[in-house]
Amino acid sequence: MPMDANEIERLIKKKLPDAQVTIRDLAGDGDHYAAEIVSTAFSGKSRVQQHQLVYEALEGNMGGELHALALQTSAPES
Amino acid sequence: MSENQIHDWIRKQVADNDVVLFMKGTRQFPQCGFSSQVVQILDHLGVDYRDVNVLEDMGLRDGVKSFTNWPTIPQLYVKGEFVGGCDIIREMFQANELQSLLTERGVAHDQQTQTA
Repeated sequence: MPMDANEIERLIKKKLPDAQVTIRDLAGDGDHYAAEIVSTAFSGKSRVQQHQLVYEALEGNMGGELHALALQTSAPES
Repeated sequence: MSENQIHDWIRKQVADNDVVLFMKGTRQFPQCGFSSQVVQILDHLGVDYRDVNVLEDMGLRDGVKSFTNWPTIPQLYVKGEFVGGCDIIREMFQANELQSLLTERGVAHDQQTQTA
């Protein structure tokens, strides 16, 4: 079941209000996305912990409704 | 098997094997592009690893997700520690961090291998 890019961004920003989110629809089918996310919430966290924060933000949609979301996360450069 | 029994089984696999890849399909026949990418990286690095096909057991497929608190497959474990899914493994490989991690943890791999 496809999920809208705006909905992905909304869910991420709900959990991480300061996040800068860039989403690309990789296949044009509304089902394969790549997201680049920059947030201060990622500071001092491992990549696994950063991605887990995003998965939490997506409220269980990842791996279910949302099949493919390639993630690239980072903290803003200070 | 109950979820607890499945978690115990997973715990044993990652304790008994230096490198374990939970994946869709097998290393010979990956059945998902993301699993296939991680197989290619590990094979390229010449790492000896145990592949576990989660498609063989629905309980295992769900169990590994709850065990790791990670919603997607593949999942790579090195020396009992969860390292990441496809995106993280690819990012680490490209930055030569995966190679460094294997060296640090004393996991044999092809030392000559560098990313282009």
